[in-house]
Amino acid sequence: MQFHQTTLPNGLRVIAELNDRARSIATGFFVKAGSRDESLDVSGVSHFLEHMVFKGTPRRGALDVNRDFDRVGAKHNAQTSEEDTLYHVTCLPEYLPKAFDVLSDILRPSLREDDFDTEKKVIIEEIRMYLDSPMSVAYEAVKELHFGGHALGQSILGTVESITDLPVDKMRAYFEKYYSPANIVLAFAGNSDWNDIVRLAEERCGHWSGPPAGRQTAVPRGTGAFKAILRPDDNQQTLIGMFDGPPLESDDRYAAHLLSTILGDHTGSRLYWNLVDPGHADSAEMGYQDYNNAGVFYTFVSCTPEEAQANLGRVDETYKQVMAEGVTEAELTQAKNKVLARNVIRSERPMGRLMSLGFQWTYRHEYMSIESEIEHYSKVTVADIRSVLERYPLTPQTIVSVGPTTDLHQP
Amino acid sequence: MPESTVKHHQFPNGLVLVAETIPSVRSAAFTFLLPAGCAQESEERAGTAGMLAEWITRGAGERDSHELISALDFLGVSHSEGAQTSHTTLAAATLGTNLIDALGIYADIIRRPALIDEEVEPIRELALQSLQSIEDDPGTKVILELRKRFYPDPWGRSSVGTEAGIEAITPDDLRAFHEAAYRPNGAILAVAGAIEWPKLLDSVGSLFGDWTPGASSSLQLRPGGPNRDHLHKETQQTQIAFAFPSITIAHPDYYLARAATAILGGYSSARLFTEVREKRGLCYTVYSSYESHKDRAAVVGYAGTSTERAQETLDVTLSELKRLAADGVDSEELETMRAGLKSSLIMQQESSMSRSGSLAADWYHLGRVRPLDEISSALDALTPPAVSEYCTRQQIDQLTVLTLGPKPLALPEA
Repeated sequence: MQFHQTTLPNGLRVIAELNDRARSIATGFFVKAGSRDESLDVSGVSHFLEHMVFKGTPRRGALDVNRDFDRVGAKHNAQTSEEDTLYHVTCLPEYLPKAFDVLSDILRPSLREDDFDTEKKVIIEEIRMYLDSPMSVAYEAVKELHFGGHALGQSILGTVESITDLPVDKMRAYFEKYYSPANIVLAFAGNSDWNDIVRLAEERCGHWSGPPAGRQTAVPRGTGAFKAILRPDDNQQTLIGMFDGPPLESDDRYAAHLLSTILGDHTGSRLYWNLVDPGHADSAEMGYQDYNNAGVFYTFVSCTPEEAQANLGRVDETYKQVMAEGVTEAELTQAKNKVLARNVIRSERPMGRLMSLGFQWTYRHEYMSIESEIEHYSKVTVADIRSVLERYPLTPQTIVSVGPTTDLHQP
Repeated sequence: MPESTVKHHQFPNGLVLVAETIPSVRSAAFTFLLPAGCAQESEERAGTAGMLAEWITRGAGERDSHELISALDFLGVSHSEGAQTSHTTLAAATLGTNLIDALGIYADIIRRPALIDEEVEPIRELALQSLQSIEDDPGTKVILELRKRFYPDPWGRSSVGTEAGIEAITPDDLRAFHEAAYRPNGAILAVAGAIEWPKLLDSVGSLFGDWTPGASSSLQLRPGGPNRDHLHKETQQTQIAFAFPSITIAHPDYYLARAATAILGGYSSARLFTEVREKRGLCYTVYSSYESHKDRAAVVGYAGTSTERAQETLDVTLSELKRLAADGVDSEELETMRAGLKSSLIMQQESSMSRSGSLAADWYHLGRVRPLDEISSALDALTPPAVSEYCTRQQIDQLTVLTLGPKPLALPEA
């Protein structure tokens, strides 16, 4: 495993972790732009732009983009979060030049108005698809409620109204500001040659220009509010709780991740034993999500409407108990073993490594091998977990309930 | 790079062990197929296989429920247990160094589950809630209901069961199913990753070699249907699902069928995605995929779209099925399909989990593991005239269509 990095004169940062035993190569552009960077009048533009990037360039029509990826068997996709837009492709090593030609080309899209109008319809279908999912409705609502007016609470997809009203020139302006090379990390993971990679990056991306974009990173504070949304046709009740956690800049994130594994992994966790094993809920999990200068723990429960209030109480008791007593050595060892094995398994696919590499470099300007990542987890002690619990109390949570009953309240 | 090697062994009790060493990984994974699918359940006890898959992990061998899950966690095992139509599948992945210990725990889970009566009520409660959760997930619901209509029973069943079945199941029903269906004859254990074959063979022999075979059961087939149907639900989108018969993995024309299905809707420049989403913006998700049981197979397609645009989506989708039969495929489409399938095959070698799943599936369908070279050559041998000719033989006249949403659509004549 070899790590390399360079910065092109235009500010594009290029990194690679190369492994000649891999059978494929994954590459991705990590654009530091997401829903938190949007002003309210362009809500959903980051995600809509992600779709438009695949709709063609001066060299390629919309249909050519998918076709040129598929011709070399390249698996391509993209994703938009609150803070990043990632475009990635995985292919066999011999096809990297062709696959990268397409990927780098589309990062300078034409943003043609007729494509924009057609794709608008697809975006609205995607929004409607998520409106049929109780979990998605609850997640959007709890972020908005938890973050109050902070930009991290803004919707990634936007609304049918905000997308309908969005003019193409506002998207073009957003693109100009956020897709400058200084706002992008280009990462590679897998089987390739560093000199070839640098040459490809210079040839295809060396002419890009534009200044760094910047970001508002005021620290948010969770509201701890409660909201019940009525969906009379749902069968199950969906409950999502959220509370503040360590930001990605902090080394506490390792302890935070282990804490969420102990409390809320889908199997063998405290929530599993307290809610799922006895049959009180068909799902009860807790996770940790770190952000730029922010972080959250979230709780997700699906259960019958009749059990919802009791389950809110059970979650609350679970969290109060861990705040009072901390976690045991045995729990911590188990959580470490789980996280370690999962990280190793994920890292065996170049795509699994790519994500970790790209985000680390974007936000921490740091390379972390899988070994050093594991080392960070191994070092966490029971006292470290207690210290996280002291600084980030698990109650009260911000809670959103979605389903047939609204007769619920904070435990 | 050292090459992968596939080995297999059949024990006298019928259990098949098939394993592939992947030199580039540190993990190891296994897929254990037991001939205990929901097709083997009685209709009055639909949900048995799924509930039993949950019960067996609640204590086994010397360990109680907590100790068992803790032991797996301690070994870093990511695992899942569940039933499908033809099998109950236990799948697990961990570091290669922990594999044998994990298999030891699974020998207890499969052969010596505690099966404590008090655990059944919570499991029943979970099973009933899973049924309700599917009602809240229209995309999943429509595919499960499509299979019930398309396949003759029991091949269209899903392991979630029925409310009446789940309510009726007793602990003794579950025990009887365990006794009858958890047996070595008909079971396949597929392992892939960082493994040493001699050690694995020895361990599996001592863990499962003395497992007593049971009697095979036969299935009574009953027709599915109806082949045109609508389920009413006040949703934002209308779900469209369709299926038509295809040929099985063991059939000589198998690769022609895979090629035709992929060209129709298996990748981002395939016909359905291009015509329905890219050109017309009708939906976010549209695809077709191939699925096979041992003696029957299907092409299954799906699209989800706003109710007011659902009719057009259905019409464009169905016209693409007809166009494929009428006009065939061109050489560029065939090249693209080939590149995609070959890349997937090679990349699968990077994941011990997905590789163990493929080994198990190959053995179930073919009684052997296809070498990658064989698949690659078969794909190379395909020609546009051969695939086009196959497309004229696809049984799109035997189409089953199901919609789910606020309004029924005008469906083609049955």
